[in-house]
Amino acid sequence: MKSRFFPLLMTFVVFILLYLFAYSQYSSFGSMRVVCNLLRNYAYLGIPAVGVTFVILSGGIDLSPGSVIAFTGVFCALMIERQGMHPLVAFAAILAIATVFGSMIGVLIYYFKIPSFIATLSGMFLARGGAYVLTTDSISIRHPFYVDISNIVYVFPDGGRFTFAAGAFVVVVLIGIFLAHYTHFGRNVYAIGGNETGAAMLGVPVARTIIGIYALSSFLSAFAGIILSLSKRSGDSTIALGAEMDVIAAVVIGGTLLTGGVGYVVGTFIGVLLPGVIHTYLTLDGSLTPWWIKIIVGALFLGFILMQKLLSSRADFARPLRSLRRAEEQQQPV
Amino acid sequence: MTVNEQPQAPLLEARGLTKSFVATQALSDVDFTLYGGEVHALLGENGAGKSTLIKVLTGVYRRDAGTILLDGVEIEPGNPRHAQELGISAVYQEINLIPTLSVAENIFLGRQPTRFGLLDQRAANRQARELLKAFHIDIDVTRELSSYSVAIQQIVAIVRGVDLSAKVLILDEPTSSLDRHEVEILFSVIRSLKKRGIGIILITHFLDQVYEISDRITVLRNGQKVGEHRTAELPRLRLISEMLGRELTDELSSQDKSRARTESEYEDFLEVRGFAHHGKIEPFDLELRKHEIVGLAGLLGSGRTEIAHLLFGIQRHDKGHAFINGRRINLSSPQKAIRQGFGLCPEDRKAEGIIDALSVRENIILALQAKLGWFDYLSLKRQRELAQEMIDALRIVTPDAETPVSQLSGGNQQKVILARWLVSNPELLILDEPTRGIDVGAHAEIISIVKRLAKEGKAMLVISSELAEIVDYSDRVVVLRDHKKVTELEGDQISENMIVQAIAER
Repeated sequence: MKSRFFPLLMTFVVFILLYLFAYSQYSSFGSMRVVCNLLRNYAYLGIPAVGVTFVILSGGIDLSPGSVIAFTGVFCALMIERQGMHPLVAFAAILAIATVFGSMIGVLIYYFKIPSFIATLSGMFLARGGAYVLTTDSISIRHPFYVDISNIVYVFPDGGRFTFAAGAFVVVVLIGIFLAHYTHFGRNVYAIGGNETGAAMLGVPVARTIIGIYALSSFLSAFAGIILSLSKRSGDSTIALGAEMDVIAAVVIGGTLLTGGVGYVVGTFIGVLLPGVIHTYLTLDGSLTPWWIKIIVGALFLGFILMQKLLSSRADFARPLRSLRRAEEQQQPV
Repeated sequence: MTVNEQPQAPLLEARGLTKSFVATQALSDVDFTLYGGEVHALLGENGAGKSTLIKVLTGVYRRDAGTILLDGVEIEPGNPRHAQELGISAVYQEINLIPTLSVAENIFLGRQPTRFGLLDQRAANRQARELLKAFHIDIDVTRELSSYSVAIQQIVAIVRGVDLSAKVLILDEPTSSLDRHEVEILFSVIRSLKKRGIGIILITHFLDQVYEISDRITVLRNGQKVGEHRTAELPRLRLISEMLGRELTDELSSQDKSRARTESEYEDFLEVRGFAHHGKIEPFDLELRKHEIVGLAGLLGSGRTEIAHLLFGIQRHDKGHAFINGRRINLSSPQKAIRQGFGLCPEDRKAEGIIDALSVRENIILALQAKLGWFDYLSLKRQRELAQEMIDALRIVTPDAETPVSQLSGGNQQKVILARWLVSNPELLILDEPTRGIDVGAHAEIISIVKRLAKEGKAMLVISSELAEIVDYSDRVVVLRDHKKVTELEGDQISENMIVQAIAER
């Protein structure tokens, strides 16, 4: 068993057990309706979670997704409703802005050696503050394009509606997996997270990669903001408050080590859906308020962090033990 | 090996390499010649210039003067990557690979085979397997690097270096954390590299291994080349003399040490039986007595600092026991050692000793406060008194007790560290290279302080690379070689020659 797959395996096992339990209680968990709803409702967390997976794989952290999502929504609403911009133009503009924004965070982190926690914390304040400055109102978007997009839907025979948002989520995850494992960029991210000085000495373009990682993360956050604005049909500067924490929790529950270098995008996909399953179950059950989900997710998060700690320290313990054994073996013939 | 019998053009030739840093001349006018297919050992003590030479060759440092020729063509390596492209690769002791990536990915990182523009993991795995098989290493290349032993990781690093079309391979202390079997594996890899005509520069402190694998030896001392020899023609004794900078004389005890103290004055303090730490130091016995200075001599990497660390609990011993007055004591952490009345002045003053930003007074109070615990408060007045006492007693040159210690000279910083232990009135003081990097005047003062402390009744254990110094103040000298205590010299036996011979014996 390859130990780096172990956290991922744990995530899968927990997810499947949980899902089977929910299914045993409510047969609707076997329907595409529940699956499609999960994908649709969690798209706005899952899309930035793919970006944050790369950030954490590289050994960093990104606290800005929630704020970028909110800024994106407000920006789009204003551009479309007040400036009369076509939504596609507004989308292109905000994606470009976010990419530049993320690149600048990457520059701060690489060239100015500012810890990613601090750099992205300032990014979080900037984006959220920017959203509030643009407007404190919730602005409805009535552009016909928004209606057109929400009509793009595949309906399963059992009534499950696979919406545009759900599709975008799945596509982003697939692209993320591809990026991580089949491109130089992806392997460089893993290398930097494993040993940054080593990676530099092995010829990994560290500067370009780090800047790329944060640009990607911001880009995906803005994309999630667009998806959220499409489903809410409005822009609201208070939306997605604290979403970055849910995103980080999803990545960690998905088996990515906070120390960097080990993790999988597919794990993040599961990590995002896991709280969703719990949420759906609690809603159907009705005896507990959905706020319990925070407690359960907190406990899961803690459990996974402890498991990571144990895994990494067991590797450290094994070494001196091995050498001790070896020393004893050597002594015997004497 | 008869590779070098017939004259052949050198593979790598460095002439007149010179490099200086702010205060020190790290290399002065050093020549170095490496032939294809030879293992060339680069030897010298701390500060000899080995690592500077390597860093100049691999482009980490820019040389101030001199030329480097590779295959007769002058080269100008600008950084390690550039040097690698030219054909010079280095594998360092702390392996600079990615522990979390697979073996194959580590070998090919940055130049993975692609198919239709995408990474072709399968091709990478296949090629990695073939590369390793050429060295008779058959492992699962898809497993992460960290799941393999240090030896395999070293070999993976070497394979990567060689596959980047290396002509010159530099191995910096490759065997220091390997056991005998792993060394064999590594050496067989080195031998097959020789057959391919690759020139190998080997830095190691294991002289046995130098004689086992190397064809020629270059010795550096204080930034200068002091000798270049065929290994087979260089007696061990001569090699060590060159490394330590000692001319061998015929008489064995040249200095007449009139020692005032006699056996009866010593008072037993610490007794250590069979202390060891696997891979760092083999089991040794040691007795330390009050009023006595014990010198710890040996080459760099022979285990001197390791002994200090074991006694002080920085490194946990995995075998053996320690006794004070026949009572067994626990030395598993520095706190416990301090409670037994031990003090340690570490080798690396800057990193382990002084705390730059704190004042002289605060630095001096540190150990005492740690001994008292954080709740037993020392009044500021008392702190000032203690600091002033020490400044006077050790003649620390400082404007006042509140000056940040970073503003003091090296010698005075060393005195501050000594003072730190002295205020807590230790019974045993361990000094690791107390005179390194301080000027001549301060040097003599530190030595007289060491002598005075012993006279006042402390047990002293002093580590030094300077034989003259050790011979001067030691009442007993413990000699180490290759992580092993080889002998103890006492009284008239103590001389530089005897120490050198003890190190050279096999």
